[in-house]
Amino acid sequence: MSRYILQRILYAIPIAFGVSVVCFSLVYLAPGDPLQTVLPPDATAETIEIVKKAYGFDKPLPIQFLIWLGKVVTGDFGMSIATRRPVLDEIIMALSNTGMLAMFAIPTAFTIGFLMGLLAGCFPGKWIDRGVTGTAVFGVSLPNYWLAIVMVIIFAVELSWLPATGMGPKGSAEFSIWRWSDTQFLVLPVITLSMIPIGIISRTTRAAIAEMRNQDFVQTLRAKGLSELAVIRHVIKNALPGVLAVMGLQFGYLLGGSILVETVFTWPGSGFLLSKAIINRDVPVLQGTILTLAIAFVMTNLIIDLLQSMIDPRIRRG
Amino acid sequence: MSQTATLPASPDTFEDQAAPETKIRSYWQSVGYRLRHDKMTIFFGSIVILIVLAAIFAPLLAPFDPYKESIIGRLKPMGWRNHTLGTDELGRDMLTRLLYGGRVSLLMGIVPVIFATCVGGMLGVIAGFMGGRVNTGIMRTMDVFYAFPSVLLAVAISGAMGGGMLNGMLALTLVFIPPMCRVAETATTQVRSLDFIEAARATGAGTFIIVRHHVLGNVLGPVFIYASSLVSVSILLASGLSFLGLGVRPPTADWGLMLSTLRQSIYVVPVVCALPGLAIFVTSICFNLVSDGLRAAMDVRM
Repeated sequence: MSRYILQRILYAIPIAFGVSVVCFSLVYLAPGDPLQTVLPPDATAETIEIVKKAYGFDKPLPIQFLIWLGKVVTGDFGMSIATRRPVLDEIIMALSNTGMLAMFAIPTAFTIGFLMGLLAGCFPGKWIDRGVTGTAVFGVSLPNYWLAIVMVIIFAVELSWLPATGMGPKGSAEFSIWRWSDTQFLVLPVITLSMIPIGIISRTTRAAIAEMRNQDFVQTLRAKGLSELAVIRHVIKNALPGVLAVMGLQFGYLLGGSILVETVFTWPGSGFLLSKAIINRDVPVLQGTILTLAIAFVMTNLIIDLLQSMIDPRIRRG
Repeated sequence: MSQTATLPASPDTFEDQAAPETKIRSYWQSVGYRLRHDKMTIFFGSIVILIVLAAIFAPLLAPFDPYKESIIGRLKPMGWRNHTLGTDELGRDMLTRLLYGGRVSLLMGIVPVIFATCVGGMLGVIAGFMGGRVNTGIMRTMDVFYAFPSVLLAVAISGAMGGGMLNGMLALTLVFIPPMCRVAETATTQVRSLDFIEAARATGAGTFIIVRHHVLGNVLGPVFIYASSLVSVSILLASGLSFLGLGVRPPTADWGLMLSTLRQSIYVVPVVCALPGLAIFVTSICFNLVSDGLRAAMDVRM
């Protein structure tokens, strides 16, 4: 077991390294010289040389990358071009707000999705199965930014039950999940964010459960006289690793999908930060946020892999 | 078939299984047979064709000029003075702009998938057929891109490049290459170890002949089906990029961009504001269901 864990961690390191290479090269994808953003348009050749040296752009690319990586590892993501504040501060602030959304959206999506899939898988062909399968197709094709707008139209504009956007008058600094006047701002973003993962997770769970129920071991369990409930327990245990893998991917989806949903709800999280960075052409913030989110996704997949191997020892040998 | 198209058609519903004496069909004949009898796929397929035709013939169908603004006719509800679907924040006809917007959205949805299928498919076949170090090299590089959630990668690339339709399409192509490559690689690796490849090699066939005649035929099916399922994702992502302001520039009509600008007016004409999103949703779901139908008809397992 410990050998497998070590193997998985060693495998994640080159991936994380590759991710940082991709993030580093984002600066060079930008049209023109990356210096253009800091230099005045009428800078002399001499000034350009000085600034180049100051920013380390005179060194060869691999050296620049290593210097950048060294800074990033110690938490120095540079300065935001738009706000002149350290990128790290902005990211931590934004991540804690996205984390708040995720804290509610992930349990909601995973439990509802799993239960729906479980029910559908246990009664294949019945109305509940058709309902879940139909919902899943909707979920996969639903643009979440549109869903967000429709939610705002229904619950904020037409019914005025819930606030449309933002985090409340006090902002994110004093936000408390224990006060309804604050929590009500969470409701619509959380529902929107969890809707699509519910569709995908229920579809995967349904497929996994239905497949497991057709396996020979289920018949053996029944022949041994186990109750239906005990049989389902075995089925779930065997179907779980596949479902977990999809849940891991959905976690990444929540991280990425939050860009659009947070933009609609002007929720000051990492996605909103990202879309602001795009509008302001703020490459350091863009780079830092993407790197943080991608590394978080790599870590999640690693944890999911390890969880899977704990549930199903067969994976360790594979 | 009363079932939804997402469930693979069960074999025993076809008469060729029930009555073995009926004539033996070729693969494509049986695919055609299954498709003809899949009413769901035919229905959604015809909607897809209608949407594509509407986009192509937008200049002929559109009742108004897509750029004609009107100060008095801004944000009018559906049915106001011949504007069947109302007007937008600059008084332009919504129906016209939705028709024209379909052109950009479909283009941005389909073109990246085609390019990614060619590049990713080729890389996957090379990786799968060569195996060894080439495989490790290609597939590990792809793994790095897998480490990004797809929306995030698309936003990162097109955001860094500064938006625009071409950059958006390039970003989406890069997003779709890794999964496409993985599908092609898996299919190729499975075929490569089969006996008939060995037999072809024993008869003296060169690598090119083997790949061209024996591998591609078995890889194209999964690749095609996967590509068709990507179109729906691509339309969603492309509109998402436009929604963030990374797609076409105004005043060009595009569903994502329209949704983004109309967002400010949900208190005035909520239903009209939701229309571009509905267009994205309907197009995406139809492509999705057609892809599922094709998968069932071609009996491709992935």
